[in-house]
Amino acid sequence: MSLSTPKLAQPLPLHHRSNGSSMSFHTFTPFLGSTHKLRLIAPIKLNAHSKSTAVSVSDAVKDKKPKSAANLLISKEEGLQLYEDMILGRFFEDMCAQMYYRGKMFGFVHLYNGQEAVSTGFIKLLKKEDSVVSTYRDHVHSLSKGVPARAVMSELFGKATGCSRGQGGSMHMFSKEHNVIGGFAFIAEGIPIATGAAFSSKYRREVLKEADCDHVTLAFFGDGTCNNGQFYECLNMAALWKLPIVFVVENNLWAIGMSHLRATSDPQIWKKGPAFGMPGVHVDGMDVLKVREVAKEAIERARRGEGPTLVECETYRFRGHSLADPDELRDPAEKAHYAGRDPISALKKYIIENKLASEQELKAIEKKIDEVIEDAVEFADESPFPARSQLLENVFADPKGFGIGPDGKYRCEDPKFTEGTAHV
Amino acid sequence: MATLFHPTAAFSTSHKLHIPSPISVRKGQIFVVRSDARMNNLISRGAHKSQTQRLLTNAVATKADNSSSSKTGHELLLFEALQEGLEEEMERDPRVCVMGEDVGHYGGSYKVTKGLAPKFGDLRVLDTPIAENAFTGMGIGAAMTGLRPVVEGMNMGFLLLAFNQISNNCGMLHYTSGGQFKIPIVIRGPGGVGRQLGAEHSQRLESYFQSIPGIQMVACSTPYNAKGLMKAAIRSENPVILFEHVLLYNLKERIPDEEYVLSLEEAEMVRPGEHVTILTYSRMRYHVMQAAKTLVNKGYDPEVIDIRSLKPFDLYTIGNSVKKTHRVLIVEECMRTGGIGASLTAAITENFNDYLDAPIICLSSQDVPTPYAGTLEEWTVVQPAQIVTAVEQLCQ
Repeated sequence: MSLSTPKLAQPLPLHHRSNGSSMSFHTFTPFLGSTHKLRLIAPIKLNAHSKSTAVSVSDAVKDKKPKSAANLLISKEEGLQLYEDMILGRFFEDMCAQMYYRGKMFGFVHLYNGQEAVSTGFIKLLKKEDSVVSTYRDHVHSLSKGVPARAVMSELFGKATGCSRGQGGSMHMFSKEHNVIGGFAFIAEGIPIATGAAFSSKYRREVLKEADCDHVTLAFFGDGTCNNGQFYECLNMAALWKLPIVFVVENNLWAIGMSHLRATSDPQIWKKGPAFGMPGVHVDGMDVLKVREVAKEAIERARRGEGPTLVECETYRFRGHSLADPDELRDPAEKAHYAGRDPISALKKYIIENKLASEQELKAIEKKIDEVIEDAVEFADESPFPARSQLLENVFADPKGFGIGPDGKYRCEDPKFTEGTAHV
Repeated sequence: MATLFHPTAAFSTSHKLHIPSPISVRKGQIFVVRSDARMNNLISRGAHKSQTQRLLTNAVATKADNSSSSKTGHELLLFEALQEGLEEEMERDPRVCVMGEDVGHYGGSYKVTKGLAPKFGDLRVLDTPIAENAFTGMGIGAAMTGLRPVVEGMNMGFLLLAFNQISNNCGMLHYTSGGQFKIPIVIRGPGGVGRQLGAEHSQRLESYFQSIPGIQMVACSTPYNAKGLMKAAIRSENPVILFEHVLLYNLKERIPDEEYVLSLEEAEMVRPGEHVTILTYSRMRYHVMQAAKTLVNKGYDPEVIDIRSLKPFDLYTIGNSVKKTHRVLIVEECMRTGGIGASLTAAITENFNDYLDAPIICLSSQDVPTPYAGTLEEWTVVQPAQIVTAVEQLCQ
């Protein structure tokens, strides 16, 4: 890996179709893994109209000095919305950890602390009809998309009022109402599902002639997933058919204990986009405003029908891979470096320095979220566990699928079936 | 969110048979043929017994019997029957789409999707790159978001690459989402031992998939049941895996002109009898019927049932037969270990042990990778002579 200084602020040609012609890209330092220092890379702005050139980075994104209100990236309202969403994610996950250690939830619980900028930056730009597909680290994606904290907490407690009726658990958050299509336990298995959701959207527009259908799908996954076959297969298909999808890589540099640098021949994941004919963008995933700018462009691209984008968000998880992970392998210096780049502190600083809101207003938001979380825990505590009768429901959408029993009746007509005691 | 079964929401039937008409008009005007014309208050309300009887004669699959069938209907080959069923469903519901390798411009490796792409367009009959795991997952994602895809595996064996998606997502997501997302997908393709196709193209995936909760598996064996099962699978809200067989695509049969849909969960009575129950499916049905001729000449009266539904088993039809004959022979193409026959043996023993006069005999393929050499290949699958011997042994 070469350690040359990054060349910023130069227009970079981005090929949308890779036809064997070489693509130039600026060299930059590899990510912080063991010994290398990480440098911030400014995001590359996508130009939707030109086939092969990219417009240079917008100054407003790079420059964080306070500006007059006209030049700010966000309004007060947006700022508070983003802040609230990130605080919700953070406080929720902290409460999850507490509840886990108190024995209220079990199994594998993967917390999102530190990565809130990616979830908030992307999902807050979506409409209700747009879809989000995530991985096992899905609590905060669900919350950002609008699933009530109560429903997510109940699901974690395994209660019948959970968003998946207690049948999914931490790794399978689903919501039809809010178009959260999982929640997947194996990495990369959600990406084809996301591709399918995007295909549906295109199908509706072109075959079913629903002209206003421009739903976008976001697929979130990590750096470890980017070495998996399904990732590449879907990049190919999405670019081939110009599906309205954005592939969001939450590169937090670690797949449990496997450093991204040790697992990947070329760790620069954003480069893999142009290899398939779609723009590949790298963005600082600890900065919600930068993520939001890139997300805006990528989502609008997809909505216009111009196809997918691969966005690599450099981020970090403050906790271990899961609550069962002792997290002894990561360098404390690395952790300290990223703790200093906490996305919530960064946004707070931006809001206050640019006089978008006062400290009290932010504190009020934190208090409000505290109450929401308390209420969620209380609700989850008081909710009932699933009854036995729930055992056999939902295995099939049409329970005739359990077949015909020896007495000639469909198995699902057996009264024991609704009680959950039938043997199927 | 509970999806309990409501009898009134099941197939509703009418005794009027007529050409398919647009969806808005067509609610409740299909009929469902029962395997033995038995009335069931859930399914065949009002179905004319005589009409179902007439159609049953057509279900006996050997070509020689066509002379006794009625002159109505039209003759076609099995792959054309599949194509007809698929086309009818695509016309009926615009959400039905096809995805797979070479299904579009090429018309399908076995011509099941021939003519569909020019008619319905490239997006509805989608030629996918060679990425089974991803496009099967894409089909599942599309099914979850409102479409009704039919995913073709060019050979069933290729779907081994899609096992992650089929097991984890196709089978389980309805449950793990608490019933929020249904997955009305059909996964189909040819499998089974062909003519010297080699080990990897001769696999029987039904045994690998059978444990996956949440899916249904059916195997077609005649043009009549191929079309009926294809339509039923597409209309089903559950994920269905439809197993076709490479060697059966050119079977010819006369099938009704009227629209019909078969039941996914039922077995088919091929030949009623008294002495022994022979349970089979797919290609082995023909080996069994060939053996049946020999057996009849030797004075035996075998009852042959094509189980059709590999998961779940139709224990009613099977049970009634066992109660009548008290002897069971299972003839299948799966491997001996862990195959459909093994599960069926267990299910029969569990449910009908008291009715058996002899232990169940299960004839399966040898537990070997299918060899290329024709002679060796012949010896890996069950041949009619073995079936005759087994029946003689059972009936001692």
